[in-house]
Amino acid sequence: MTGATTDTALSPETRPLEPIAPSHRFVSDALDVVVRSIVPVLLALGAGAILLLALGRDPITFYSNVWKGGIQLTAWQDSAIRAAPLLLIAVGLVVVFRANIWNLGYNGQFLLGAALISGLGPHLVASEPRWLALLLLFLVAGGAGAAWTLVPALLKARYETNEIITTLMMSFIGVGVANILIKGPFQDPSVNIPQTRVLPLNKMLPSIPGTRIHIGVLVALAAALLVHFVLTRTSFGLRLQILGANPRAARHVGVKVPRLIVMSFLVSGLLVGLAAAADILGTWGYVRANWNPAYGDTVIPFVFLARLNALAVIPFVVFYAVLSTGGDLATQQASLSTDFLLVLVALILLFMTVIEYLGRRRALGASYLTPGLQQALRSPRLRRRTSA
Amino acid sequence: MRGGRFGRPPRRDERLRTESLNRKAAIPTGSQSGRESERDPADAPAVELVGITKQFPGVLANDDISLTVRHGEVHCLLGENGAGKSTLISILSGMVRPDAGEIRVGGRMVQIDSPRAALELGVGTVYQHSTLVRALTVLENLLLGETRGLRLDVEAARARLAEVAATLGVEIDADAPAGELALGRQQQVEIVKALWRGSRVLILDEPTSMLTPQGVAELQKVLRRLKETGISVIFITHKLHEALAVADRITILRAGRVVGAIETAELEGSSAEEVQGRIVRLMFGEDARAVADVAELRTDLEGEQAPLDEQRSEAATLLALSRVSARPVGGFDPGLEEVSLELAEGEILGIAGMDGNGQRSLAEVIAGERALSAGEIRLYGVPVERLDVSARQKLGLRYVTDDRLGEGIVSSLPVSLNLFLKRIGQRPFWRHGRIEHRSVEREAQSLVKAFDVRTPSISTRAGALSGGNVQKVVLARELSFEPKVVVFNKPTYGLDLRTTSTVRDMIRGLARGGGAALVISTDLDELLDLCGRILVLSGGRLVGEVENGPNAGERVGELMVGAGDVAAA
Amino acid sequence: MSELLTRTFLTALISGGLIAGVSLMFTALGETISERAGVLNIGLEGMMLVGAYIGFVGAYYGHSFWVGFAAGIAGGAFASLFMVVLCVRLGLDQIVVGIAITLAGEGITSVLQDTQFGSTYPRLGAPPTVAIPVLSDIPVVGKSVFDQPLIVYLGLVAVGAVSWIFRRTNAGLNLRAAGEKPEALDAAGVSVVATRSYAALCTGAFAGLGGAYLSIVGAGTFTPFMTQGQGFMAIVIAMLARGKPLWVVLGSFLFGISLSVATALQLAGINISTDVVNLLPFIAIMVALVAFARRSYLPPALALPYVRGAR
Repeated sequence: MTGATTDTALSPETRPLEPIAPSHRFVSDALDVVVRSIVPVLLALGAGAILLLALGRDPITFYSNVWKGGIQLTAWQDSAIRAAPLLLIAVGLVVVFRANIWNLGYNGQFLLGAALISGLGPHLVASEPRWLALLLLFLVAGGAGAAWTLVPALLKARYETNEIITTLMMSFIGVGVANILIKGPFQDPSVNIPQTRVLPLNKMLPSIPGTRIHIGVLVALAAALLVHFVLTRTSFGLRLQILGANPRAARHVGVKVPRLIVMSFLVSGLLVGLAAAADILGTWGYVRANWNPAYGDTVIPFVFLARLNALAVIPFVVFYAVLSTGGDLATQQASLSTDFLLVLVALILLFMTVIEYLGRRRALGASYLTPGLQQALRSPRLRRRTSA
Repeated sequence: MRGGRFGRPPRRDERLRTESLNRKAAIPTGSQSGRESERDPADAPAVELVGITKQFPGVLANDDISLTVRHGEVHCLLGENGAGKSTLISILSGMVRPDAGEIRVGGRMVQIDSPRAALELGVGTVYQHSTLVRALTVLENLLLGETRGLRLDVEAARARLAEVAATLGVEIDADAPAGELALGRQQQVEIVKALWRGSRVLILDEPTSMLTPQGVAELQKVLRRLKETGISVIFITHKLHEALAVADRITILRAGRVVGAIETAELEGSSAEEVQGRIVRLMFGEDARAVADVAELRTDLEGEQAPLDEQRSEAATLLALSRVSARPVGGFDPGLEEVSLELAEGEILGIAGMDGNGQRSLAEVIAGERALSAGEIRLYGVPVERLDVSARQKLGLRYVTDDRLGEGIVSSLPVSLNLFLKRIGQRPFWRHGRIEHRSVEREAQSLVKAFDVRTPSISTRAGALSGGNVQKVVLARELSFEPKVVVFNKPTYGLDLRTTSTVRDMIRGLARGGGAALVISTDLDELLDLCGRILVLSGGRLVGEVENGPNAGERVGELMVGAGDVAAA
Repeated sequence: MSELLTRTFLTALISGGLIAGVSLMFTALGETISERAGVLNIGLEGMMLVGAYIGFVGAYYGHSFWVGFAAGIAGGAFASLFMVVLCVRLGLDQIVVGIAITLAGEGITSVLQDTQFGSTYPRLGAPPTVAIPVLSDIPVVGKSVFDQPLIVYLGLVAVGAVSWIFRRTNAGLNLRAAGEKPEALDAAGVSVVATRSYAALCTGAFAGLGGAYLSIVGAGTFTPFMTQGQGFMAIVIAMLARGKPLWVVLGSFLFGISLSVATALQLAGINISTDVVNLLPFIAIMVALVAFARRSYLPPALALPYVRGAR
């Protein structure tokens, strides 16, 4: 993701013109993918283990509990269910990040969609056939998510206002509005805790036969495939890529930049809203006040690790779904706050940027080592004397 | 593309001559055994480079370069783009470290590993790209980098500015924001800055590239005064006539090597052709014939036969702008004010002006990238101002941007897609919004061949190409599929002369083939080389028109200056 | 409306506004420094949280508010070291690293709080205050505005100092150039990386102090996620203040007051949902951003890593 903004910094006359030998290319590319995608995760898990030791917890027990709670027996089904909203959000982020736009307002978009459908859901499923109600609820959530990106989108399109700030602010507002809705008009009058009415189980998303996995997971997979196709095969995808790689070139070649900015924001918000629908209609059935799973925060590193590729996002999201489902058990057993997972995610991000940096140096023909290290390691016999 | 890829190593006798010249240069300063022993600083040459070598990935930018700069001389480094001049001065100014070689300043062997070290050794540099901070005042710019003491010593700086300005014979407003000064004035501030800490060596990198002819004259005056005070000037240029006009000595670089050195005094008495022939042979070796006609290599542009477009009066008007205005853009482009012009079939029309006088707006308004606030643009008599970029592109109205790396290509995309960036979504390359890889690739192959783009393959990242090949990709995109009216913005900026020559031939070919070209350039020589008529753009307005011919350059310069200062303010 | 202007309400509004405003002010002042130098610090929220937690721990075990503030400064500066090394030195993406720092700050402080104080929930007493003679005797506002912990007055001095450094010193000039045109600074012989590193460290220190103020003075304790987006608000304030420290103060207190409206209203016996009132500062910021969309100023080289020779 850094490649877009930091174009290789060589002046025209020193730009290399060496083609890479094709025979080495496949192997080194494959190795590159492994190094860049998997090594950061392993390093983060390792650093996490050290952190656990420092906190006086046993990392082996912790990680085996993750495995127990995320994979074993039928736990993998819980992980799959958890993956549905994560994947939809991840794909929504892929769309905007490809255009080098930072939609960081996913929490507000998500919760607003969630609050709306859990407020409207009980009425709709009561009056409409199940499939129609569910379809409408998906649309409502998607629409709410998309609508919540509109102000940042227009501000960026028109005045180039920094969207990181505006989406974050809108996110805080969205979370607050969702809480107001839940405690106000959508509050279930029959309970004392502020929460919405609970959808009856038989009106929620149906499961895949033989499992507990609801079809929201399939919706998420379909969305990933569709987005991948659009991004890689269509003119819309190419325009988005150009905008992300070089906004000035986009303008130069006639891409209608403001319109494209708004479009990608809307699509992104829509997918985040759909994630809320999949999660509420498939898993929870209601929303409690002050509930904020912050799925987007934790999914960001995996979107980058997948190199903004909507298909490659799938395995990473599945990995995190397992980590997070199993992490619930593991943190509980270790009597740690579940926010420990946030630390792991942050570590993955940090290691990813470092690996990315090293990879970029290598791509420029430099070594994986920094100049200072090289200097220190170079044997004196080889060092060229440049001074007396 | 670098000249050296096609060149050959200099002949043995040329190399020998170089060495003997270098040795000769050392003679007046005294001891010949300077390499071994420390010399008396007063006698030593101002700067000596011995065996400087610098390798970049894939390019040997400097190959064993040795040269000597004497006190109080103007020493010209002449060579085309890509010859290694920039790398050499980057090494001297501490931006880049050499892989091998020695640098001596005032006879002392030194290591210049940072810009600070260069300044402390008394080597000041004026870079080709301005290093002034636009938002800061002149004084603040001059104070920049001061680390002694806590507070800004404004009064001392004011006094120092007056002193240096007096030496140079210029007047500078200390409290004006640097961004509001005219470009010539900005350059004077840069010179003051380079001399601020008492530098005895001044490096000027392509200093005339943003000056009017009058500005160049003023610069020459400044150079003379500097020489009088004993300051040495290293003057980098790729234009022969400039080198001859200012230099005491010329060192010629090709493909990272010194291929010759000439004392300008030696040349007195020889004819212009002889001089030109001799230097051009040094610069290009056997390639010389390929670039013989390029303006950069002429010794004297005035009096050249202007290109003719005889039938202009009868020819049909292809493009007409009437009273076109556009809003200014954020401080660096004044927009346009009631610009009217007509471009006839077969014509090459030049737009002269200093950078930042509305060139970008003019080009973008015609291309359809920027909306106009008033006026009309007609192509073949039909209004087009409501059409978008790709619609105009389809009609044959094209724009070759000056910022080829910044906006001309998307460097992370392959060459093939870069060739079709302005046709996204159009048949036959896209059908129902889906890309047709096969037709894109087939067409890309043939374009790469037709425009001689040197690339490993069409799937190579465009960013991996050299500057000249990037320009060819852009040209291939804009000059394919029936171009009619093409706007060229600085079409040869930064290119080596062989590519420059190719590009200018393409422009002439377009005009000869019934098209028309609007050439926007800050390089007056280029316009004089190409155009029949030259319009002068200043502060977003057209301030005059000059027919190419004797003294055309001077008259264009006068028009540029006439409103130039107003425009930049 | 008359009961709105009662003594209780005003006192609560102003003193609450000052508490929220002071932590915002420290953080936004820090952000101003690094923005001016060309570093966009999205990780401010994380740095504040680290400062808040470590500051609280320092004050609690060190039995001194000053130990707490010093610990907060150190904690924030430590968190910003990641920014310095990864973004300024190595040129990595400032936004990605900023997000990582925020996530790490949120996670680690929450985990540590849970393990260390999860069952005890200790609190600190109120810090001693320094009343300014005469002024603190002004009715209504006097007591709440001019009777503050010493650190608040020091903070105001810091604002003046930063403003003076920007305008009148060599270091300030170099700092501004690092954000406006780093290559100019480099050509003038000053290291851009070093300049930006110091700026980013200062930012972390100020954000840590802001967080420490929030936990030590504001709440008397640390709770996970207690900054509630103040780090991001500080970025907006710095942006709208266009790099001018005095505007940072004004903006911080305006937003601080809008943060304290809820408490003040409750104290005045008016029952408005806290959810609604908590939205006010964010809505205010959005309104400000919409209204001044064209006016907010960011240095041209902001968030761009500096590579010598790249153009």
